[in-house]
Amino acid sequence: MNTDDLARDLMRAFPDRAGDLTRLHHRLAAAAERDGVLDVAYRAIDSPVGPLLLAATEAGLVRVAFASEDHDAVLQSLADRISPRVLRAPGRLEAPARELGEYFDGQRRDFDLPLDWRLSAGFRRAVLNRLPDIGYGHTASYAAVAQLAGNPKAVRAAASACASNPLPVVVPCHRVIYSDGRIGRYRGGPDAKRTLLTLESAA
Amino acid sequence: MTGKQPFEAVVERHGATVLRVCRALLSPADADDAWSETFVSALKAYPDLPADANVEAWLVTIAHRKAVDVTRAAARRAVPVAEPPDAAADAPVRGLDGDLADAVAGLPAKQRQAIAYHYLAGLPYADVAAIVGGSADAARRAAADGIAALRRAYQGAAARNDSRNDSGNDSGGDTPGEHR
Repeated sequence: MNTDDLARDLMRAFPDRAGDLTRLHHRLAAAAERDGVLDVAYRAIDSPVGPLLLAATEAGLVRVAFASEDHDAVLQSLADRISPRVLRAPGRLEAPARELGEYFDGQRRDFDLPLDWRLSAGFRRAVLNRLPDIGYGHTASYAAVAQLAGNPKAVRAAASACASNPLPVVVPCHRVIYSDGRIGRYRGGPDAKRTLLTLESAA
Repeated sequence: MTGKQPFEAVVERHGATVLRVCRALLSPADADDAWSETFVSALKAYPDLPADANVEAWLVTIAHRKAVDVTRAAARRAVPVAEPPDAAADAPVRGLDGDLADAVAGLPAKQRQAIAYHYLAGLPYADVAAIVGGSADAARRAAADGIAALRRAYQGAAARNDSRNDSGNDSGGDTPGEHR
């Protein structure tokens, strides 16, 4: 028996069963939460607009991302912008996952969740803060939203605020469209925007 | 600008290796504790880890310290007994190669550590030496001595198994890994 064989047998003698690592990962997430070092917790959920990544800080939900945004890239940007202490930890996302599930089932019209707005600032944040004023099943124009946010001339800025909403679906930028009926830009793509508007008009 | 990876990627990439190392050093329950404590400590310190650090060596260094702590705590808890306790209760987790795991458990700490860090974690002897103390040559010797001892114990076990399984068929070879 040569040393390579023995090294291989050593790997087999001390196995790393997937179930063990899953269990240990749960334990790690719980300990990180308890010790206050879970800066960004995340999980993914399935939805009619594809898999959604949900991420939360201790302050609240900080990011909702569509698959088209590349979830790995989004997690990297959260590590860069907030903290690299990013861990898959579904526990913290329990309420957002439940409320989004109810929303997609047509059972919920608005969200009651703590939100962390840190990924949005200035006029963009002012725009996003006014979006919940547009009721479920309704739409508003970018011009109307610019006016709501206190700067009627900033229509283009309002449009780009909506297009860069870090909390899509929960903060309803999908309800903002062009006054001529064109659907406008959306982080999840125009089809996702249409799906959400259809869902809300049917419920 | 892209900075440090999300910590989740570190757990995904290195979690299995750190678990093997912990299991080579400690009993199953203690290995789980050491793994958890290693990753919680690593998560706390992660933002301050230099961008060019060798993450695997860093994690194994933390695991080494945690394993030493766990072993010391267990020694403090231990009550002298007339008869040795049931070894199975505190032996490393049983893989297919329980005999080899037993043999590793029987090695002196330095040899066990050198083998775990070099053969299971894949660290070069210079890194192993940085973790356990002493020179790279000393780490290499500890691993070589450990491997020699394992080979003796392991082949002894294989031979015993072969004779146990021998039911008149004398073609039973001594191929490693067939003594299950």
